[in-house]
Amino acid sequence: MSALLQTRNLTRRYSGLVAVDSVDMEVHEGEIHALIGPNGAGKTTLFNLISGLTAPSEGSITLAGREVAALPAERRAALGLARTFQNIRVFSAMTVLENVLTGLQPRRRCGLAATLLRTPMFRREERTLVARALVALETVGLAARADEPAGGLSYGDQRRVEIARAIAPEPALLLLDEPAAGMNPAETEALGRLVRRIRDGGTTVLLVEHDMGFVMDISDAVTVLSFGKCICQGTPVEVRSSPEVMEAYLGQKVAARLAQRFAGAQAGRASA
Amino acid sequence: MLAQQLVNGVLLGATYALFALGFTLMFGVLKVINLTYGFYFTAGAFAALFFTRYVVASVWLALPVAAIAAGIIAMACDGLLLTRLRRRGAPELSSLMVTVGAVLALNSAAAALFSPDIRRLPVGLVSVESFNFWGVRVTTAQFLVLGASIVLVGALIWLLRGTRVGVAIRAVAENPEAAGLMGINTGRTAALVSFVSGALAGAGGMLIGLNFNAIHPYMGEEMMLRGFVVVIVGGLGDIRGALIAGLMLGVVEVLTAGYIDSGMKEAVSFAILVLVLWTRPSGLFGAPKLRRA
Amino acid sequence: MDLSWLDDFLWTYQNVIHSVGINGLLALSMYVVLAVGQLSLGQAAFMGLGAYSAALMTLKLGWPFWMVLPLSCVVPILFALAIGLPTLRLSGVYLAIATVGLGEVLKALYVNIDYVGGALGLTGIPEATETWMIYGLLALAVLAFWLVARSGIGRAMEAIREDETAARVMGVSCFRYQLGALVVSAMLAGIAGALEAHSTSLISPGEFGFEPEVSILSFALLGGIGTPIGPVVGAFILTLLPELLRGMADLRLVFNGVIIVVAVLFMPEGLVALRLRRRSA
Repeated sequence: MSALLQTRNLTRRYSGLVAVDSVDMEVHEGEIHALIGPNGAGKTTLFNLISGLTAPSEGSITLAGREVAALPAERRAALGLARTFQNIRVFSAMTVLENVLTGLQPRRRCGLAATLLRTPMFRREERTLVARALVALETVGLAARADEPAGGLSYGDQRRVEIARAIAPEPALLLLDEPAAGMNPAETEALGRLVRRIRDGGTTVLLVEHDMGFVMDISDAVTVLSFGKCICQGTPVEVRSSPEVMEAYLGQKVAARLAQRFAGAQAGRASA
Repeated sequence: MLAQQLVNGVLLGATYALFALGFTLMFGVLKVINLTYGFYFTAGAFAALFFTRYVVASVWLALPVAAIAAGIIAMACDGLLLTRLRRRGAPELSSLMVTVGAVLALNSAAAALFSPDIRRLPVGLVSVESFNFWGVRVTTAQFLVLGASIVLVGALIWLLRGTRVGVAIRAVAENPEAAGLMGINTGRTAALVSFVSGALAGAGGMLIGLNFNAIHPYMGEEMMLRGFVVVIVGGLGDIRGALIAGLMLGVVEVLTAGYIDSGMKEAVSFAILVLVLWTRPSGLFGAPKLRRA
Repeated sequence: MDLSWLDDFLWTYQNVIHSVGINGLLALSMYVVLAVGQLSLGQAAFMGLGAYSAALMTLKLGWPFWMVLPLSCVVPILFALAIGLPTLRLSGVYLAIATVGLGEVLKALYVNIDYVGGALGLTGIPEATETWMIYGLLALAVLAFWLVARSGIGRAMEAIREDETAARVMGVSCFRYQLGALVVSAMLAGIAGALEAHSTSLISPGEFGFEPEVSILSFALLGGIGTPIGPVVGAFILTLLPELLRGMADLRLVFNGVIIVVAVLFMPEGLVALRLRRRSA
């Protein structure tokens, strides 16, 4: 399987602090990949590096085999990268539909002249894009509220507007920054179904999430960051039983005790 | 001839540095380009003018009066115009726009009130004596300007580096949210920084008024161009950069006036500003950094 | 029907009618930059460049007005590029600072260059501007901005204004939009300058400094930038008001300044607080 996204030695230093420390990560096509780690592990910085909002101090980022570390965010978006934000960033004065149409802006081919003359091509394109935006809204279940101002929606619905806006251009890779934050269990479950549907539609998903149940349930692969370093990468099962991960999450002492008990239980089972 | 011009340039540059220092401090800590800054400069000069004319004709008393008066006006402007926007978390351009409007209103009101004529400080306020060092002439006023600038810059550096208040100011400059969480009163720090910046501008206004013997309502507006050049060349928010760039600008202006044409002073300084923006946008002395990766 | 009263009216108030329309064009030139979340304080400077270059083409080269008018935007555009290219890659304050500086410098230059008439400026420019030209261009500009605002380009501009970072990760090149807006803005201001020069027949350095600049900003902020109509309405009100209330002519600039402060602090949407409706579905 080829890696859709690959980082090599990716590093970001701030004065005296290494937020992301030589991370090698691979996200494969067609998977749901989770990025987890304790608070302050550098997950959001890594997202910003991948999406181009922060320039790396060192290292490379390849998207579908193409080096993108030097490209500005808008060029990476045109190459099929989309993302949402941890603190929601919908355009609150615009309607829901307008938000999603903005996400389709790079797909637009009509220039200024066609816009001013309202050529048939301009009208056709506008109709096509509106149709595509409505499909994206249908996917997240907000088609009925297309004409409402986005700022008036509930927190969870704004989150879904952001997702619709990101998936409308059918990106190759979608980055979701804590999509389940502030959601109740029912909403989280619906979100899980939505993320799977997005993956099944052909978009690879990389997400940061704190809700472990959600992560373990949904992911095909998990990468664990701690203090800016990638300490483990594997399937949810592998990651769950990794001593390094337990240590990072629970601290050394608790992890040692748990490992002991885990070993004891296995010994007991073996002897039985 | 060249030596005389270099000395004149450095003396002029000292006042530019002093003026730009408050401007860059305000940006560095409060993250606002405050265009009313030019008005504080005018206000300081007028305060000194009225004080020396109607109260006591003493330079030594007029300087603190000018500084304090301008400082208070600066604090009031910040409180009335910018506190609200800061609390609302408004974008930086909103704050800039408010100060643009305010400075137009203030300057025009001052011109309507005091008439745009040029006024002069009372005759005999400083001795007209001048000193001759190996053929280079330095007037008493110039000595006074240089001495006052050095003392004020020294006082500012001491305030920032050597006091608890300075630690608070630097913490707010670095990260206002974190500073607030650590128990620093950010509102009071903003007021203090406004006062200090305004005081520097006011002192600068009086000193320039003394040096050129001309005080009028638009002197601050004319000075702002120098302020922009100095803070951009020195790097926005960079105090050391502002000092060096201020001196450089003074020398460049005097040399341009001496060897090219005094009417080209502004154009040459602006050409330097645009050149710096093209080549080293974070200033001559800072690390180059761009907003866009 | 006897329409001679209309002729009289137009003749008497021609200057006011012209300046209302020209200020409308200037307000639009401010609008287009504000609409992409930037602040240019160089509109009066761009206008001055247009006015001076047009006047020189007419007076020194003897070119006809139909040639001069479109060419009057060339110099302003070159200056807009020289300032916009470096500053628009930085945060918004840099464009504002550089453009304020541009205005101050040009004013000083006009005063000191004898070829352009020094402090007195240029006089004897033929009055070639017709009222229909001003209002025709104004109508065309409003229509063009309206069509752009109601399209994907307008949506992208609003996105940039609301949240530049979010717009960028959606693939909107803020730099290109902002540079484009600045160029269009310089173009409009330059043409407005040429119209002004050939309407009043004299231009002087003081017309293009900081005060007229900030007044242009007050037009746009009074009207609000939700639609292209707002700034034009703002310009109409703030140009006509001092004419109607003669007594407050002295305080006109104070008033314009206060308008900006009040608009930013208390009514960020402007007086004409309309938001454009884009057709959907």
